[in-house]
Amino acid sequence: MALIFASFGCGLVFGLGLLISGMTEPEKVLGFLDFFGEWDATLAFVMAGAVIVAGAGFALAQRRGTPLFAAKFSWPSRSDIDAPLVTGAALFGIGWGFSGICPGPALVNLAGLAAPMIVFVAAMVLGMFGYELWQRRKVAGEAAGEVVVLTQSDG
Amino acid sequence: MHHFTPLSGLIGGALIGLASAALMLSAGRLAGVSGILGGVLTASRDRAWRLAFIVGLIAAALIGPLLGTSGPARLSSSNLALYAIAGLLVGFGTRRGNGCTSGHGVCGFARVSARSIVATLVFMGAAIVTVALVRHGFGR
Repeated sequence: MALIFASFGCGLVFGLGLLISGMTEPEKVLGFLDFFGEWDATLAFVMAGAVIVAGAGFALAQRRGTPLFAAKFSWPSRSDIDAPLVTGAALFGIGWGFSGICPGPALVNLAGLAAPMIVFVAAMVLGMFGYELWQRRKVAGEAAGEVVVLTQSDG
Repeated sequence: MHHFTPLSGLIGGALIGLASAALMLSAGRLAGVSGILGGVLTASRDRAWRLAFIVGLIAAALIGPLLGTSGPARLSSSNLALYAIAGLLVGFGTRRGNGCTSGHGVCGFARVSARSIVATLVFMGAAIVTVALVRHGFGR
C-alpha cells in the first residue's frame, strides 16, 4: 500500500512540476521547438533543473541496497543503440512537433476533458496498442523456437 | 504570445527531477511516462503502482490550480485530426523507441545513458524539423 501512495505522490509532484514549468502548454513547448521563430528557451531550463535533481537522487539510489517500498531497483538494462530506438524516437519527435504534446503533459491535461486532449490520449493509447500487436505478430511470425529476451524498458 | 520564463522553468523542472528521484528511491522504478502507461496497457503484473502514478499526474491538474499553478491547457478543437495523427505517432514512436521526454530526456540524461541521449537528440531533432516545416516551410 505504501508503494501505491508513494507512486501517486510522485505522479502528483511530477504533474505539478509540468504545470509550474509551463510544459503542459503546447504553445510554450512549440516555442522551444521553433528555432526559426521567436525562440523560447524555457524547456532547456526545465530539463536542466530536472536532470540535476534526478541525477542527485539517482546517485543516492545507487548507493542504497534496495528501494524503500520494493524488492529491488529496476534500472533500464539496455545500453545498445539500435534501429528501433532511432526510428521510434524519430516518429515520436514528428508527433511531438505536430502537436507540442508528449505523454506526461497529455495525461496531466486530460483532467481538463477538452476534446483535443481526449482525442490525443485516445490516439496515443491506440498507437501503443498498435505497436504491441505489431510486435506480437512479428514475434509469432519469427519461428516459435526463437528466444525472446525480455529487458527492462528505458522509460 | 509566450515569454521566456527561466525561473518557473527551473523550479518546475526541479520538481520533475524530485518526483523522478523519489519514484526510484521508493518504488525502484524509472519515471518514464510512456513506459509507465505502456505497462498498464500491456497487462504486465505490476499495474497498481503504474495506475497510481498516472492518477497522480491527472490529479495534479485538479489540485495544482488550488495552489496557484495553471490548470489544464485550453486548446482549440478546430483541428482534431491533427491531434489524432500526432497522438498515434507519439504512442507508437515512444513504444518503439522505448521512452519519451521523461524516460529518455530527464531520467536518461540524469543516468548519463548514451542510448537515451541518442534517443533524445533524435526526437528533439525530428520535432524541430517538423515545426520548421509546419510553421516556416512549404513556401511560407
